Amino acid sequence: MHPRSRAFRANAAKALVDPGLQAALGKLKAGFRIKRAAAVARLPEFEALRDAGKAIKDHTLAHLDAYLETFETRAIAAGGQVHWARDATEARAAVLAICRAAGARTVTKGKSMVAEEIGLNEHLEANGLTPVETDLGEYIIQLRHEGPSHIVVPAIHLDRHAVADAFRAAHRERAPERDLSEPRAMLDEAREELRRHFLAADVGITGANFLIAETGSTAIVTNEGNGDLTQTLPRVHIVVAGIEKVVPTLNDAAVLIRLLARSATGQEVSVYTTFSTGPRRREDLDGPEEFHVVLLDNGRSAMLGGPFQDMLRCIRCAACINHCPVYGTVGGHAYGWVYPGPMGAVLTPAQVGLAEGRELVEASTLCGRCEQVCPMRIPLPAMLRHWRERAFERHLVPTRQHWGLMVWGFAARRPWLYHTAMRTAAWGLAWLARGSGGLRTLPGIGGWTASRDLPAPAGRTFRDQWTQRLRR
Amino acid sequence: MSPRTAILDGIRRSLKRGALPPCEYDRLNRRLAAPDTAVVPVRSGGTHAEKVERFAAMVVEMQASLDRVASAPAVISAVAAILAAFGLPPSVVAAPALEDAPWAGSGLTVRFGAATAADPVSVTPALCGVAETGTLVLLSGPESPTTLNFLPDLHIAVVAASAIVGSYEEAWARVRARGALSRTVNWITGPSRTADIEQTLLLGAHGPRRLHVILVDDRQPGA
Repeated sequence: MHPRSRAFRANAAKALVDPGLQAALGKLKAGFRIKRAAAVARLPEFEALRDAGKAIKDHTLAHLDAYLETFETRAIAAGGQVHWARDATEARAAVLAICRAAGARTVTKGKSMVAEEIGLNEHLEANGLTPVETDLGEYIIQLRHEGPSHIVVPAIHLDRHAVADAFRAAHRERAPERDLSEPRAMLDEAREELRRHFLAADVGITGANFLIAETGSTAIVTNEGNGDLTQTLPRVHIVVAGIEKVVPTLNDAAVLIRLLARSATGQEVSVYTTFSTGPRRREDLDGPEEFHVVLLDNGRSAMLGGPFQDMLRCIRCAACINHCPVYGTVGGHAYGWVYPGPMGAVLTPAQVGLAEGRELVEASTLCGRCEQVCPMRIPLPAMLRHWRERAFERHLVPTRQHWGLMVWGFAARRPWLYHTAMRTAAWGLAWLARGSGGLRTLPGIGGWTASRDLPAPAGRTFRDQWTQRLRR
Repeated sequence: MSPRTAILDGIRRSLKRGALPPCEYDRLNRRLAAPDTAVVPVRSGGTHAEKVERFAAMVVEMQASLDRVASAPAVISAVAAILAAFGLPPSVVAAPALEDAPWAGSGLTVRFGAATAADPVSVTPALCGVAETGTLVLLSGPESPTTLNFLPDLHIAVVAASAIVGSYEEAWARVRARGALSRTVNWITGPSRTADIEQTLLLGAHGPRRLHVILVDDRQPGA
């Protein structure tokens, strides 16, 4: 996947006038937000679990090198193989090499945002392999040759008609006049189609929600069961995971699991939580003969020890995305990278550069709802402000905006000047708007007044009025 | 420099320190050797009888079906009954761990081993059940192949009341007590589902369309 985050404004403008997308986004409010609130209300310990989860991740990140070494040692002791990748190129190469060594042709995949991050499918296809996404949402967007618009429900931007069209175009051996009006019929069709792939695949690739140092295990959390068929039936199981996914123990994973599904979909727990340790044992009747873990850095280690370290606590539940008024208005594709919404706006500049991702850090009102719902208590608004500061320091913001901020900063540090300027502006704007209550146009802020009036100020600043009241 | 060295060095550089001293590794290893329990929901507590009741209630809430039988031999007749109730042919693939159950005379055709795509019904044992969320814990092994949990349309899981625990941490204690982890530890909570099309919840995505839990009351009276 190639970043298209520079085009955020144009993408957002298109999204606003896309009725299908707007209808789909409207369902978020009635769906995940209400379900999450209900699940949280049912668990009195939720706030205590958030604190415990944060403490586990903070401890792990402070000792990340040691826990990764322990994870590696124990994964190898269980018969697994561990591969380290500094960036997307190395991770893709590692996966391809394993597939080649296995003589693989068909590869099934569980949903993995890290695989999206490294552009794995394109790379495998370019090298003669056929990767098949098996999560229903990922399967749909693969058929449509597009990226995910959400990290938990990747096809959330589509309605049933779009899915039916994709199925008719892809499953050509089926009767063209078949009834695909209901989601049930589409799910049954996908189930049949994907069964074939599950049974034929040579390699199965999954992500990981957790890497467990205690046992060298990887863990995935799914509802469909596709991840389990992906990792159980083929001869080779490859896990691709970011280095920040490690936690010390199985008990630590339990704390995070209590937070994950409730924050994501409002479920008490996902249907399938699966811990995998090494390949099949000698006496086992099923399971993969090889077990590989590809550990990906891709900018993560550089986030440690600075203002963005807290982001590495993220467990990818998407609560911030589901509650973001900006995401809820423009959807995920507008962000132009794998990770949308508040967490995406923080991660994207770290992964593809601030020059590419700058628009995303501006695309927030800093309302703070994301931080309120984040199970890991990640201070997302504060991190967006950090990125904005950096963008300003590096002269990445447009010249006029840069100088505007300079002037504002100069005045804001001198209260008498600031107050005089505000007093003048309040009086001047009120005079300009006299009688009409608002300004239709104003030179210099055409971007604002093009779509709305600027309400007229009262003529005197709040401070002036307050001072006068005190004197009375 | 190998990617491994580069990543570990990068982590240490960002954390503004070198490799941890041996005493720090010892401290971390002690944390790994004695996993602590941070916060356990109150709902996972209570007497064992209360845990069993909560487990049974949560299983149903998670959209699995539940049968409670009084003894191990009754499990097989419960299996036969559920197949009849669902209008399925009297044939199952079962985990080899259940070979000693009284299948003879039940009228059921049973094969022991891993599942294939052609098997509509499987029967497996669960190591334990977790009251907190009605979750089953199943271990892979020659006695209980993993494919049984995922390929068939109907998965029947058998769990003993004595094997019901309150929390995930208690379940891990039982798993650890058995020694090295099996290739796969499956936590299963309800039947397979998806909401990927218009956020409409549908059961039976890729895994079993139905999960049926048979809870065997093997406790001594008064226990």
